[in-house]
Amino acid sequence: MTAMRPAVEANGVTRVFRGTGQDSVRALDNVSVAIRENEFFTLLGPSGCGKTTLLRLIAGFDFPTDGEILLYGQDIAPLPPFRRPVNTVFQSYALFPHMTVADNIGFGLKMLGRPKAEIEVRVDAMLKLVHMQELKNRRTSQISGGQQQRVALARALAPQPKVLLLDEPLSALDYKLRKEMQIELKRLQHETGITFIFVTHDQEEALTMSDRIAVMSSGNILQVGTPWDVYDHPAERFVADFIGETNFLTGTVESAGNGQAQVALRSGAKIRATAAVDFRVGSNATLMVRPEHAKLVKGRGDLCGTIENIVYFGTDTHIHVRLDEGDVFMVRQQNSRSAGCGFENGTRVGIQIGDNAAQLLKD
Amino acid sequence: MATASEVAEQAERDDIRLRWLLSAPALLIVFLAALGPLLIVVVYSFLTPGNYGDVKWQFSTDAWVSVLFERDVFDDTVSFATAYLSIFWRSVSLSLATTVLTLTLGFPTAYFIATRPDHRRDIWLFLITIPFWTNLLIRTFAMQEVLRNDGIINSALQLLGIADHPVQLMYTNFAVLAGMVYVFLPLMVLPLYASMEKIDFRLVEAGYDLYATRFEVLRRIIVPLVTPGIVAGSILVFIPSLGAYVTPRVLGGGTNLMIGNLIELQFGQGRNWPLGAALSITLMVIVMVALLFYVRNTTRSDGAHG
Repeated sequence: MTAMRPAVEANGVTRVFRGTGQDSVRALDNVSVAIRENEFFTLLGPSGCGKTTLLRLIAGFDFPTDGEILLYGQDIAPLPPFRRPVNTVFQSYALFPHMTVADNIGFGLKMLGRPKAEIEVRVDAMLKLVHMQELKNRRTSQISGGQQQRVALARALAPQPKVLLLDEPLSALDYKLRKEMQIELKRLQHETGITFIFVTHDQEEALTMSDRIAVMSSGNILQVGTPWDVYDHPAERFVADFIGETNFLTGTVESAGNGQAQVALRSGAKIRATAAVDFRVGSNATLMVRPEHAKLVKGRGDLCGTIENIVYFGTDTHIHVRLDEGDVFMVRQQNSRSAGCGFENGTRVGIQIGDNAAQLLKD
Repeated sequence: MATASEVAEQAERDDIRLRWLLSAPALLIVFLAALGPLLIVVVYSFLTPGNYGDVKWQFSTDAWVSVLFERDVFDDTVSFATAYLSIFWRSVSLSLATTVLTLTLGFPTAYFIATRPDHRRDIWLFLITIPFWTNLLIRTFAMQEVLRNDGIINSALQLLGIADHPVQLMYTNFAVLAGMVYVFLPLMVLPLYASMEKIDFRLVEAGYDLYATRFEVLRRIIVPLVTPGIVAGSILVFIPSLGAYVTPRVLGGGTNLMIGNLIELQFGQGRNWPLGAALSITLMVIVMVALLFYVRNTTRSDGAHG
């Protein structure tokens, strides 16, 4: 098996954009990451975190200020984009408006100098793969956004690249179509066996589609891991905050060791938490609890407070509780067929935090 | 009571009437200033020349006959005349050369401007329009200063020892072509830029991404998308250069007549207004035919993809 061999590797990649005068932007700061073969790898982060810059460096539209980019062990950083066996699906699709759907899909193969007959066969196969056979001879301006998206995918997959780069390809689609395309993309990745590098700022998209996620912020990769890793064991506060909804509590570490810690909150409540790194006893620390890992009870719990707001979401209900500490704590409760969530605004409630649900975080 | 659809229809009728009313002054000017004189020119071409210029109100097709044929002075036989045709041909080839040269020079210029950051494009566009500030005649005489025997080019050539005596540049076809290219270049750059500015340059990136080399990206992506600009620029350069009068006169010295000079001659020293009128209409017809042909060809090749 060659599955563990990195398809793409970034080693100490830095990209500085020189601005006017003294101000320059460090879009990527000494970033290193290894992306495995056949992996659905996602670069996740807010806008301006450097994820698109990293993708453009791999595609060859931009060149690193420092560091190397390896494709199957070969340094591709100095190569122009048309000499790299990688293809891109652009955020705006960037379909050629003066060509038909079929001409768009066949463009890469034509440029590679493949014989006409082979191109035709391959274009038809691609059209079939993305369910677009009927629209073969349409102009790209005559098809809908979702169809354009499929053409862009087919065009990038047609030359059978070793790595497919996707730059927020779903962001222009409406919610339903986006959900459909997420499943479609997973299917395509599975069927083609091509390494996908996917850029998004949508944490839900990242969680549902990826084999592994790299969470980025201000030019750095903060954590690389499976969706489960980054959601349940975020390396630091930024990751926990960016991915999913999280309650943060601050307190003082009372005892620590063996990956466990006890934290005292201002109200005096004591909470047991897991701690990935060692924390000094007596130091201040941030505690995180996912809303679905806590439970509302009538009477006393680990935390106490008053219900401030109840928001109905269809599948579940979000209940916002004003804690005695003063912070707001959100509890997510699965809805059942019975009407109401069983609580009302203004009532005093307790919050029970499940075993291993609380986690201590670096700030 | 009017229904909603009646009100909407009435509003639309009012809207259309208002549009006609607002465009009436411009339409009137176009009609009076373009079609009126044109009609006069057509009428004049079928009259007899007066003794001191002007026309005699007497029907004659002599002017039209002499555009293509010449009547022998002695035996009155009519034979095909090449004199005017060769002048027409010279003008057409000069205009074609001007168009091709301005396109070749203007394309990279427009591309350069279109790929600058937004705030710097305005400065470049502004620089391109600077020649328009000066009168055409003055600009042409300035060209003369550059090209004449003791002008800048010849002085430099002699100073550098490349030439030991002045190279004849003035009053040559080269001088006329150089002058025309200089005068018409901005008219090519501006429509090209307008087309290029609209290009989504991510399409260029997409081309590179799909293994197209720089030349292939230019040929298969940029040029097809800039076609409207190429058509507009070529028309804007070709038509006025076909009727150009000042530049060939000043830089060509009147030795190589162009259509514009020939027509001027008929209304001036030639005192043959009907012939001048007939030549003008011939020129107009050539322009229109060339235009139809050109536009049809360029748009057809563009539409063939769809």
